[in-house]
Amino acid sequence: MHHSIEIKNLNFSYPDGTAALHDVSLSIEPGEKVALVGPNGAGKSTLILHLNGILSGQGFIRVCSLEVVKENLRRVRSCVGLVFQSPEDQLFSPTVFDDVAFGPLYQGLSRDEVLRRVDEALEAVHMREYKKRVSHHLSMGEKKRIAIATVLSMHPEVLVFDEPTGGLDPRARRSLIHLLQELPLTMLASTHDMLLVREIFPHMIILDEGRVVADGPTQTIMNDTALLEAHGLERP
Amino acid sequence: MHVHFLDSYRPRASLIHRIDPRIKLVLTVAFILTSTLLPGGAWPIYFLFFALLLSVEIISELGVTFVLKRSSLALPFVLTALPLILTIPGKTLFNLSVGPWIIHASVPGLIRFVSIAIKSWLSVQAAIVLAASTSFPDLLLAIRALHVPQLLVSIFGLMWRYLFVLVDEAARLMRARASRSGLSDLPGARPGGSIPWRARVTGGMAGSLFLRAFERSDRIYMAMVSRGYDGEVRTLPLPAVQPTQWVVLIASLSLLGTFLGIAYLMWG
Repeated sequence: MHHSIEIKNLNFSYPDGTAALHDVSLSIEPGEKVALVGPNGAGKSTLILHLNGILSGQGFIRVCSLEVVKENLRRVRSCVGLVFQSPEDQLFSPTVFDDVAFGPLYQGLSRDEVLRRVDEALEAVHMREYKKRVSHHLSMGEKKRIAIATVLSMHPEVLVFDEPTGGLDPRARRSLIHLLQELPLTMLASTHDMLLVREIFPHMIILDEGRVVADGPTQTIMNDTALLEAHGLERP
Repeated sequence: MHVHFLDSYRPRASLIHRIDPRIKLVLTVAFILTSTLLPGGAWPIYFLFFALLLSVEIISELGVTFVLKRSSLALPFVLTALPLILTIPGKTLFNLSVGPWIIHASVPGLIRFVSIAIKSWLSVQAAIVLAASTSFPDLLLAIRALHVPQLLVSIFGLMWRYLFVLVDEAARLMRARASRSGLSDLPGARPGGSIPWRARVTGGMAGSLFLRAFERSDRIYMAMVSRGYDGEVRTLPLPAVQPTQWVVLIASLSLLGTFLGIAYLMWG
């Protein structure tokens, strides 16, 4: 059976010897929206960076039926859109247009196709009129939307978020939630926002100290107060 | 809180703002080059150049006072040409005796100094008009069109993008320090601490700013690699320059050339 993300027995230690992931296995089906929760330092960001080969540990990872190995990295990176926690890191170009065009340009697409992709991606996040704007003049919510557009323009199959609602005010958070519900892609989001998890992610995975400690329907896991508390989480 | 004052661009709808950035960059460089090449003491030509700039400043809707105020920032650098008055031989203006030495100030020296001062002042104004009427992304595009190495252009771009982020970060650090620099109501407590201690705090702040910038560069690199970056810089092809813009370029260049020719014929 085809899985969008499949990880088997992944282990990873940082160069200084700190072990970050122990024997992590999980699988996410196409179109599924999954939340990755866990306390700070649980290894969520480390795990996310494995999905497009920025970090590589021992174990087996396959995304969009491609094994994440050196030869496949370029295609893997087009297929997995990684949205970083801080849009300040994600938006590194002088203008919004340049940033959204970055991915398609590196895919070697033609000029017309690049322009089309930029329009389409900005349209998808409802930010079409921001093309000429300069990133550092935007608000946090606007930056977040543009950051999502920068990966949508690559036509990914999977969207991966690190703390999608971090630093957003209630209105920006609400409109981001609507946007996430609208996008018909497979999603994996690392987050502490339990209300967000309950609202849009039917499947959740709890990671603690580098291990998967729970993996199942959000409804069931959210009702297990003892489990949540044991891993430093709160029931919303 | 964002810092905008570093951004010299002032959006207006003027004619000058609408000139293709590539043409504007070439013209600015040509203007600076021509005014540098003007012979010393060609006062009427200097005046003509000044009038030319003044009209550009007025058309650009930036305000003449705005440009003049900014250009005064560059004046202290003119002082480096001051020794010319004393080193160029010629008709004596006045003598200055410093101990056993007598220094001659010469008329040709003075002419040379004033000429250099005026020419650099004109050049600075031209640069200010360029920077204030062209947004930085457009300037980058213009630099690229002049075949400056692609890697250098993207370094300029990243620098400009993160300069503001870094300044914001430094401002946050200083605000945090100011918020905790209070005065105790206990008697005998001396506020401010010792100078070595304050120096240590400032050093720590500079260090933490460096570390944050360093870590950020790591994260930016990861964000670039995630979207396919492979060390090679790729950009869209530049749009073609409009025919009217070519006319502007050629007309302005020939005007500058004519002025230069006249200056050499009469004062060269």
